[in-house]
Amino acid sequence: MSRDAFFALAEQLFTRLRGDEILFAGLGVEDSDFVRLNQNRVRQAGNVHAASLGLTLIDGARQVEGDCQLSGNAEADLALAAALLERLRERLPLVPDDPYLHFSSEPLESSRELSADLPDAFEAIGTLVDLADGLDLVGIWAAGSIAEGIASSLGHRGWHASESFNLDWSCFLDRDNAVKDGYSGFDWQPEALALRIRHQRERLAAMARPQRRIEPGTYRAFLAPAAVQELMDMLAWGGFGLRDHRTRQTPLLALAQGEARLHPALGISEHHGRGLVPAVTPEGFAKPERVALIEAGRFGECLVDARSAREYDARVNAAAEYPASLEVEAGDLPADEVMARLGSGLYIGNLWYCNWSDRNACRITGMTRFGTFWVEGGELAAPLAVMRFDDSLYRLLGERLVGLTRERELLLSPETYDGRSTDSALLPGALVDGLELTL
Amino acid sequence: MTCTRGRTIRSMTNALNDLRPIAAAFAAAAPSADYWSLRLVDESREGLAVRDDVAEPSVLGLSRGAMVTVVAGAGIGYGATSDLSAAGLRAALDRALGCAELHGRLGLFDARQTPRSALCAEYRSPVAEPWESWTLPDKLAILFDACKRLDLGERIVERAAWLGHQRVAQLLVTSDGAEIAQSFEYVHCGLSATAHVDGQTQTRRGGGADQAQQGGLERVAAGALVDDAERVAGEAIALVEAPECPTGRRDLLLLPSQMTLQIHESIGHPLELDRILGDERNYAGQSFVTPDMFGTYRYGSSLLNVTFDPGVAGELVSYAADDDGTPAKRVHLIRDGILERPLGGALSQRRARLTGTANARASSWDRPPIDRMANINLEPNEEGLAELIARVERGVLMDTNRSWSIDDSRNKFQFGCELGRLIEDGELKGLVRNPGYRGISAAFWRSLDGVGGRDTLEVRGVRNCGKGEPNQSVYVGHASPPCLFRDIEVFGGGL
Repeated sequence: MSRDAFFALAEQLFTRLRGDEILFAGLGVEDSDFVRLNQNRVRQAGNVHAASLGLTLIDGARQVEGDCQLSGNAEADLALAAALLERLRERLPLVPDDPYLHFSSEPLESSRELSADLPDAFEAIGTLVDLADGLDLVGIWAAGSIAEGIASSLGHRGWHASESFNLDWSCFLDRDNAVKDGYSGFDWQPEALALRIRHQRERLAAMARPQRRIEPGTYRAFLAPAAVQELMDMLAWGGFGLRDHRTRQTPLLALAQGEARLHPALGISEHHGRGLVPAVTPEGFAKPERVALIEAGRFGECLVDARSAREYDARVNAAAEYPASLEVEAGDLPADEVMARLGSGLYIGNLWYCNWSDRNACRITGMTRFGTFWVEGGELAAPLAVMRFDDSLYRLLGERLVGLTRERELLLSPETYDGRSTDSALLPGALVDGLELTL
Repeated sequence: MTCTRGRTIRSMTNALNDLRPIAAAFAAAAPSADYWSLRLVDESREGLAVRDDVAEPSVLGLSRGAMVTVVAGAGIGYGATSDLSAAGLRAALDRALGCAELHGRLGLFDARQTPRSALCAEYRSPVAEPWESWTLPDKLAILFDACKRLDLGERIVERAAWLGHQRVAQLLVTSDGAEIAQSFEYVHCGLSATAHVDGQTQTRRGGGADQAQQGGLERVAAGALVDDAERVAGEAIALVEAPECPTGRRDLLLLPSQMTLQIHESIGHPLELDRILGDERNYAGQSFVTPDMFGTYRYGSSLLNVTFDPGVAGELVSYAADDDGTPAKRVHLIRDGILERPLGGALSQRRARLTGTANARASSWDRPPIDRMANINLEPNEEGLAELIARVERGVLMDTNRSWSIDDSRNKFQFGCELGRLIEDGELKGLVRNPGYRGISAAFWRSLDGVGGRDTLEVRGVRNCGKGEPNQSVYVGHASPPCLFRDIEVFGGGL
């Protein structure tokens, strides 16, 4: 569904409003190719075409929400949307006043379109399979267009559309030894993919050495940006939301209360200005350019959605109370000095399946996974059998943080649970003087 | 067996009847392919919640779409669309044919081995009390009541009660004449109370929160949505004030509320055949189980009996056939501790040359079927809970999962629970907070030393099982009695 078609549909719905009713409409559209690969061959190939309309009907202090799929046919979609609107109208008198109802009454316009010159699936997969000839490659190609729109009867008009690709894959040397990489963005360059595959072949050569097994204990470790992302994903789970803070459920409670401090070099922010997600919240509020979550190791601001803003008398600064455009400030550790500074310990390419071990202590458990090596004398010595860690971020990002890399990687999320994600993170690697391995 | 297209199947829901003409029109257009299937899904959802005595915005959800799958020569491809017009389905078919061409050129396997279905079957969830039999104000009133009962004073810092409904009608037809009409219905409810004192926060859930099953509003009474409130809030407060779970090796008694997760992560996932075939190695992971283990490998002690059982009335993933159109039936996965068969649908079975189960499942119309758990149940033995406790000299009872982590081969795990209780000399003692345990699947199940009897069996499930590329989240059913494990590493919280 195009921008004009969505706004036209919304306008027609607005003409159906009665009395003091207010309507916010949101659209999510996706046209995606998905090609799964295993053993460097196509396992499953398909295309998904989906469009979802969300409506919030408001009258006085009451609100109700609903959503439905759209077909792309204007007449049929209007009938569907009008029927949903009518159902919401029937429900509205049956729900109580909502003291936390909160929307922007100032009309706002926003439009952003990120176009790309995407290869078709035949070209992309053909190129990949040729480049990875002889490798046991497994992963997914996801590409196409996605768009999000907002329109309100108060005059809000927002549109955010992009075309992009996300190739997420790993190459296996044998059963337990593998390296992972991703190539994503808006500008498909086969040479860039070739370079990544070449680097993977080099890493796989190092993987061919006999695997090292180590005992549980505390080890010096370097976490590559993809591994740091797993830790940030955990912090995103309750770490920064205002509601989590006010209800004392945040794992960063001690930090927020000034009872603990992270490393003074640590700065974490939500960089809405990166521009990969819509600039306007579903309730019509403009997002600020940046929200400083952690500054110089101390807690900064919370992420505040519209509902929490009303409940706790705060200012809206996010669509939801978890990051979608996270950024960790760069450090002063040059990437080419990481191995020398690590000396002996673990080089961890990826972490996996993290979860809270004890939120009160900001303690996380998880596994090492792809591209993890034992390092000796600043050199990759051997691939490492997977190990479980259980440690507190107060330690890993606090007194044990040696440094963050000067170079950072922009990682575009390959997640596709609710359609192709537009989340991203700009992250350095982290050198820590002690990671507690437990199993 | 071939169905007569368009015949009226008794007990069909309106949604299924609405889907039938769409399927008939698609079939009449006779797509040019060696084999095709059309899976139409109509889904409606409703969500209600009350938090701290304030109703959250109610949500209605409607979703209708189609998955077209085609086999053309050596290739197979799919096209999913929310446009169910003739032109929309034609466009999805064309996209599926393009994908089949790509697979035909570069495919992992010859698509001519794709399973074909000519099955006629129907299924409908057992519903005693329809969702519509209560008004919206009735439902909200119950939630307000339950939420209010969670208020045990200032130590409770957040309270919530919720009630949701989902109805899914699915019609699968194929070029070989299959016609499988299934209608699933779920009512979910639950309670949550969070307590905080002096830097320690504990959350306890109940009221049916982790007892998901198919059914109607009778699930509200089954979950004791209102009556469970004081227990839930009281235990949250008690946990805040309880000592940490001790660290060390002890016997471990897991209640069904944690066995669900233990079965899910360290039996269900490792037995998924697509993991064993390597399809999931980039995302959800592989398995420590290899094809040569089936028939001989000792997975656990002789007390371990695990079934794939899509026929348990009301269990979360009971069905007549999977999304490839394979008829579903109960089989043993593990018998007397010995591994018998994997969880693999018809296509994976042919690729692996192993006998599996009818478990090719998709999360909705916009995702293709892959090997998933359905109802994976640990069969009861004979002991009562008190008898199991009596056999423990020094141990910990753990209740209700809250944290889960396991390696990509589904071997090294660490799980945490909401509530622990010490067991000493055969008797239950005081509460302990932040209880957790870790182990290795291959060894853990061999330490199984007690399995509760049929009276202790509880039918539960999880509603957030993630897997697949593109990602899919599905429901999974698990039934289990409490189980006793010997000499396990347990621990508590803190830095």
